[in-house]
Amino acid sequence: MIQLLLDNRDLFITGFLHTILLFVLAGLGALVLGTLLAAMRVSPVPALRLLGTGYVTIFRNTPLTLVFFFFAFAYPRLELVDVSFFTRAVLALAMYTAAFVCEVVRSGINTVDVGQFEASRALGFTFSQTLTTIVVPQAIRSVVPPMTSVLNSLLKNTTIAAGFSVLEAGQITPALSERGAPLLIGMFWIAVGFGILVVPLTATQRALEKRWSVAR
Amino acid sequence: MSAPATADPPMIRMVGVHKHFGSLHVLRDINLDVARGEVVVVLGPSGSGKSTLCRSINRLEPIDEGRIEIDGTPLPEEGRALARLRADVGMVFQQFNLFAHKTIAENVELAPVRVRRISRPDAHAAAMQLLTRVGISDQADKYPAQLSGGQQQRAAIARALAMRPKVMLFDEPTSALDPEMVQEVLDVMTALAREGMTMLVVTHEMGFARRAAHRVVFMSDGEIVEDSAPDQFFTAPRSERAKDFLGKILTH
Repeated sequence: MIQLLLDNRDLFITGFLHTILLFVLAGLGALVLGTLLAAMRVSPVPALRLLGTGYVTIFRNTPLTLVFFFFAFAYPRLELVDVSFFTRAVLALAMYTAAFVCEVVRSGINTVDVGQFEASRALGFTFSQTLTTIVVPQAIRSVVPPMTSVLNSLLKNTTIAAGFSVLEAGQITPALSERGAPLLIGMFWIAVGFGILVVPLTATQRALEKRWSVAR
Repeated sequence: MSAPATADPPMIRMVGVHKHFGSLHVLRDINLDVARGEVVVVLGPSGSGKSTLCRSINRLEPIDEGRIEIDGTPLPEEGRALARLRADVGMVFQQFNLFAHKTIAENVELAPVRVRRISRPDAHAAAMQLLTRVGISDQADKYPAQLSGGQQQRAAIARALAMRPKVMLFDEPTSALDPEMVQEVLDVMTALAREGMTMLVVTHEMGFARRAAHRVVFMSDGEIVEDSAPDQFFTAPRSERAKDFLGKILTH
């Protein structure tokens, strides 16, 4: 079993490195975009609220493969900036995941007592200051477990990029079969790889929960 | 106590203010002036609209009709102008509403640094001074949840004062406190009144109204029913509703 891993280490290393890169870039993008969307959805400006709600409705209800199809086939026809498959995969994952991040952040915002908003507004903070200084730092504490789940899904969703010519961990199996290697063992090692990737996520969740349960 | 002599305009002016919650008419034609340096206590049974009146002054409750001015400036709609005006109006809440994720000192410094753009060391020094003044400087590095209710409310008063407000609004500041903690908060408020702060106080504390108020405003069913000096209000109320209210609270 180990022999298969060693013989094809080039495949496994490139595959998982791309998976990690996809995950980190799409994750950061989704966190930033999702938090902005959540801010829009709770803002006092009706147009922003509508925009945020529209985005979430569209992206949350579209299968991820369809989002990938859009970026793989429809995007080039729009004749915008020409970008690599990898970048398009990051965009597809980030935009899709942002909808879920938005809803997690928003539910976190809803757990913050309305008195915190009022006190902040009464002191003269603007809406964005209220969100960034008072509300989101408190909301984050209650969203650590569901946010970890969202990022977990993102990690697994990166495999869909395999179907669109991005060499990541999901591409390892088909590549192995071309080399005539036993598939079952290959899949076993891929599962182990993902298992290892999840560990730092879960560890981060534990650490954050522990830290914030004390400092309150 | 008589109201100090004043120059125009009044610190708070409400003219023909109406407010509805759905079909409930919670403020009915409110007309009220509070002069600079004046302490006005708003009394009334629960549901009389006194909290809503207090909260409408810095637009935590938008009104449906009428006009509100702070120091001669009409209350702006949402946006930066409103935030600027709110910075000049201190507010103390029934539930304290201290920022749960910040220490007591940070609670007091935050708005001066972020809104007034005062340097952090200066803001910290001012915060410690205020915390000393309200008697909780030894609690500066604790989180709100580690303090008693009375200490939290005194911290909230310090937080509001840190903005050097022109006027202070108190929305039932002692109603959520255990009885033994009421006095420490009232003492801070009384001292503030003596120093000449303009205050509008919604409360059930009759002792404070007698001692510290220049005027008592009595509300019932969304209306201002009486507006008189404390002595006159407590000894010779004019309206039946005020007599009824005083009868209920002064007998026990």
